[in-house]
Amino acid sequence: MERPLTKDIKSDGSYLNIKEYEKAGGYAALRKVIKGMSPAEVQETVRASKLKGRGGAGFSTGMKWSFVPMGEDAPKTKYLICNADEMEPGTFKDRVLLEGNPHQLIEGMIIASYAIQANISYVFLRWAYREAARVIQKSLNEAYEAGYLGEKILGSGFSLHMHLHTGVGRYMCGEETALLNALEGKRATPRAKPPFPQVSGLYGKPTIVNNVETLCCVPHIINNGPQWFIGLSKSEDSGTKIYGVSGKVNRPGAWELPMGVTMGELIEEYAGGMKNGYKLKGALPGGASTDFLTTEHMNVKMDFNSVAAAGSRLGTGTMIVMDDATCPVGFVHNLQHFFAQESCGWCTPCREGLPWVEKILLSLENGGGKEEDIGLLEMHGQLLGPGNTFCALAPGAMEPLQSAIKYFKDDFVEHIKKRGCPYN
Amino acid sequence: MPKIFIDNTSYEVKAGKNVLEACLTLGFDLPYFCWHPAMGSVGACRQCAVKVYKDENDTSGKIIMSCMEGVRDGMHLSIDDKAAKAFREQVIEWLMTNHPHDCPVCDEGGSCHLQDMTVMTGHDYRRYDYKKRTYVNQYLGPFIHHEMNRCIQCYRCVRFYKDYAGGKDLNVFAAHNHVYFGREKDGTLESPFSGNLAEVCPTGVFTDKTLRQHYTRKWDLTSAPSVCQHCSVGCNTIAGERYGGLRNIVNRYNAEVNGYFLCDRGRFGYEFVNSENRITKPQVMHQAVDENALMHHLETVLTNHSLIGIGSPRASMESNFALLDLVGKENFFCGVYNEEMMLERRITDILDSGKIPVASLKQIEDADAVVILGEDIWNTAPMMALAVRQSVMKTGGREATEKTPMPEWHELAVKELQQNTKGFMVNVTVTETSLDEIASLNINAAPDDIARLGFAIANHIHPSLELKNFEEAVLAKAKTIADELLKCSNPVIITGTSCYNDPVLRAAFDIAAALKAAGKAPAIAFVVPECNSMGLAMMRGHAFDTAVRRVNREPNVTAVILEQDLYRNLPAGIVDEFLSKCRNIIVLDSLNNATTEKAHVLIPASTFAEGDGTLISYEGRAQRYYQVYVPDNKYIRESWKWLSRMKMIISGKANGHDPHHDSVISSLETALRQFAGISAAAPSSGFSIHGEQIPREPHRYSGRTAMLANRNVSEPKPVADGDSPLSFTMEGYQGTPPSSAIPFFWKPGWNSPQAVNKYQQEIGGDLIGGNPGVRLFVKSSGNMPEFFKDYPEHFRERQNKWLLLPQSHVFGSDELSVYSAGIAGRSPEPYMGLSPVDAKMLDVTEGSQVTIKSEKEEYSFPVKIVESLRNGIVLVSKGLPGTQGMSWGNWVELAK
Repeated sequence: MERPLTKDIKSDGSYLNIKEYEKAGGYAALRKVIKGMSPAEVQETVRASKLKGRGGAGFSTGMKWSFVPMGEDAPKTKYLICNADEMEPGTFKDRVLLEGNPHQLIEGMIIASYAIQANISYVFLRWAYREAARVIQKSLNEAYEAGYLGEKILGSGFSLHMHLHTGVGRYMCGEETALLNALEGKRATPRAKPPFPQVSGLYGKPTIVNNVETLCCVPHIINNGPQWFIGLSKSEDSGTKIYGVSGKVNRPGAWELPMGVTMGELIEEYAGGMKNGYKLKGALPGGASTDFLTTEHMNVKMDFNSVAAAGSRLGTGTMIVMDDATCPVGFVHNLQHFFAQESCGWCTPCREGLPWVEKILLSLENGGGKEEDIGLLEMHGQLLGPGNTFCALAPGAMEPLQSAIKYFKDDFVEHIKKRGCPYN
Repeated sequence: MPKIFIDNTSYEVKAGKNVLEACLTLGFDLPYFCWHPAMGSVGACRQCAVKVYKDENDTSGKIIMSCMEGVRDGMHLSIDDKAAKAFREQVIEWLMTNHPHDCPVCDEGGSCHLQDMTVMTGHDYRRYDYKKRTYVNQYLGPFIHHEMNRCIQCYRCVRFYKDYAGGKDLNVFAAHNHVYFGREKDGTLESPFSGNLAEVCPTGVFTDKTLRQHYTRKWDLTSAPSVCQHCSVGCNTIAGERYGGLRNIVNRYNAEVNGYFLCDRGRFGYEFVNSENRITKPQVMHQAVDENALMHHLETVLTNHSLIGIGSPRASMESNFALLDLVGKENFFCGVYNEEMMLERRITDILDSGKIPVASLKQIEDADAVVILGEDIWNTAPMMALAVRQSVMKTGGREATEKTPMPEWHELAVKELQQNTKGFMVNVTVTETSLDEIASLNINAAPDDIARLGFAIANHIHPSLELKNFEEAVLAKAKTIADELLKCSNPVIITGTSCYNDPVLRAAFDIAAALKAAGKAPAIAFVVPECNSMGLAMMRGHAFDTAVRRVNREPNVTAVILEQDLYRNLPAGIVDEFLSKCRNIIVLDSLNNATTEKAHVLIPASTFAEGDGTLISYEGRAQRYYQVYVPDNKYIRESWKWLSRMKMIISGKANGHDPHHDSVISSLETALRQFAGISAAAPSSGFSIHGEQIPREPHRYSGRTAMLANRNVSEPKPVADGDSPLSFTMEGYQGTPPSSAIPFFWKPGWNSPQAVNKYQQEIGGDLIGGNPGVRLFVKSSGNMPEFFKDYPEHFRERQNKWLLLPQSHVFGSDELSVYSAGIAGRSPEPYMGLSPVDAKMLDVTEGSQVTIKSEKEEYSFPVKIVESLRNGIVLVSKGLPGTQGMSWGNWVELAK
């Protein structure tokens, strides 16, 4: 089983420096691109690999790039941005790549920048990833020194400057347009789409925002070709995926696996099954903003379409497992507390709806639940849907809530009847 | 025109609009908060949701925000769709989760957009029963009261204050449901446009603090359409009264003039009406007299004396004309500083020629380039500065969206693409101004050099004259500017009288004329000092100097001085000389001042609030203001009524009836041809609709039977208004009045100022029936050379002499508005600006007292060192205490 993204990551926790990375074959893809591929060829290769964005939405990377204006008439300044603001609760897969092999990301970003002919690039990093910030900055310096960044890269006509930007800890910045606003020094509120960032992004210029894991795939696709990348997968989505499991399992962690392992395989084989005395009650397959899956979904393949068919989303592919000793209402309340706090305050339904939801859930927990509360929660699940809100934050927040009501309604009813949390 | 289907009925709508605008224009009641016709769409509040369907077969459709979607031909929409309605209702319930429901104690109550929208969506029961979040309010200065708990986070305040008006000290802080709109810390809002927050805020977060100090419900106001008295722009206002006092000024929409906004001087400068300093009784020799005694005395001083009249730049056309009519054309003088009068003559000559059209504020907003020559419009015509800002921003937006087309209403998208792209604007002024930050080019120069640059620009556009002795640097700058102007199609040139320099005006004309010759469609705007300076100038009275010579020659003169403090506009020595030589001095004014002190006969004049009149703005737009209320003082009357009575005394018809407004205006039209057409500025007094007059009070007006019950339990008969089609009652025509006679905006379900939607032909467009005002400079008459070409010598410093120029201040430079405590509080201390080199030469530092010596006067001010000022110029705050009557534009000596 090939693990291109993680195979070189050292077990002692130290990062792969430039020498080590080069020794492992690093920057070969960049040389290949610079020496012999046109931007269009790079774009075509990535498109052919069927790489889908690993940030959660699963949009085709090649297609995203293809919307960037190219050629003589295109704006002179374009930007490539790595979204490393990994703040989805339960998600820590980018961190593995950022801390373990920063040059792999940098190489991916240089190639992506070349493909869209961007000459300024940013890593937008979650503030709390202090170690990642340290190693990325070191690696950027190394890459500049080695001539992989800066003017006329490897003697070519292509120049690229790359900067590390650390955020201030707002979940909202994971939304690509809010990220752009934050990067411009504005409030981290999302922008209207259209215009899409590919056309009007950072400072109004064409911009691509890709996730860390997505960009890390790029050098390998260039080195080994699209067919190889498609062949890595067990499902219709190509490549490997860094899956994670957290919760009361025996071996919580993150693993690079072929796209399309099943939920059961993940929990049982890789996470070592549930801890003694705990039963699996449900799981959020791809972070806090995905719908619950339950024991009936153990055979669902963890790829974008299969998880969607089961009523949830692959999201970031890092699963939060909920056991039978954990109160689903309290569990969801904790998530809604997070989402309500992280709402940027721009649009009404999210800004006002999420705190209401949070308060209802807390009241259920504290014994103040009323019969109509479930209806109110369901109403929010319905009305905080995509299109009704300005961005995807609130719709994402509603996914665990409405699926919890769907699968664990008895627990909600019980809270009202017993005037409190039966799990306490 | 695209055809769209709304709930299966087809409508033709204007292309390029968003669905919300289209629906509102069609008359549908669709609720909204964050969208504003002047500020576009941002999609934040989610209140204007409708359903859109793929085609006529699609039955499920999807919810969209109507403000964020452009109209498309064949579009199928539903406003009545159940899901869309439920969502709109839910948005209100969400907003209400934290709103305090304090309507009974809220200043906005009853004229609140949030209340209206709540009712419109049908929301009536709140299911949220948790603790509401609360905020600490801020002190925001004398104009705006802050009550953050009521906030529904529509973001309109910051979008107006920062984006639209360029303010810097109001912002949005924090996040999620703790978003806070305010200042970084307590303090006065610095922008001179802050008052608009009270109108753009859809609820009671930002309210008019001056109204609050003498609060009344807005539906209890007796209101009339009015015109701002505090500069020459002529913004349309609505003035409201209760219990005999003026309570507030709000915006009266006029698409061609002020649109939705007012400046703070205009909005809050009304308190002079309520001032303790009002003249309340006629006086003869400083003794209060009754009407009989007054008339008796007037008879003696008006007959057997030679009469001269001093016309006023802040009095109405009616009063100025009544004075002219009383004294005769040859005896009518302008109470204006000579230098200023010559400039105003030049301006009216240029505008009379009809060669270059005058730019309205709307045309300035729509201009694709602006050149400002020598006028600090931020301080002399603030709303014009706001219009220039819109030109710069909109032009920048158009440029940025050329390659990536975005509809103009899509504020978010346009702003992102636009970033810092700005339209072309050159600001050539004596010293730095607040508009500098958005200018493409700032040049500070002495007036003559400003003119020279202007002539050089004109020459580059249309080489028609030889430029001798021009510095290379000036020519290079002129070329840069000319080249940019040649790329534009409808540039506007703005100048004014502040430089006291005729060549500047001529240069502005030459630029415009050159642009016209180059096939462009230029327009020009000349800022003049006062609300009716243009009207007075158009009357072409004689210069004040001539009046002084006249009284020196003739011993038996009775001077009738109309509504002005001569000591403000003219050097005190000249005024003293004039007044000392007059046998009798009759002064008509509303407030005591240095001139009224010298009056032998003092007659109380009404202010704009107690009388009718017409003002002519800088664009030559004649606009009517209406009496708001009948004062509880029979002596307070329009000057034109007093003056007509004086005329009757002279002609021996002392018992005749006071003339009505219509007859004064029609006499004016007949007597002075340049005012032909002015009567069309407003419907005549006999105008009625189905036999009904237009009520000044809304049907919700309360207390009528009770408010005077302490005096008489019988409700008095309403006073008849013989001068206008407006009545002092609640009864009358309840439909849409003629656009120039709208006393308040109200329609069923629309109790806030946003009811204006229902008075417009299309949303954000012209008022139904056209925008108020008649533009008088439309005929081409008079001779005007093709170009003036006569550029001055460049400015040379003089030994021990400095050119005295005014520095105007939004707050402080205007005579009447400083009676408002808030405005007085924001006026700066007067100062004298000197260049660093001059200060060094005089061996003075910041704050040193320096004395200005002119022919007859001496003034002393602390020095302020102004980096951007040229050597050889001294700048003094205009109109502030101690700076009245200065010899602007003349050379003065300075002494430590």
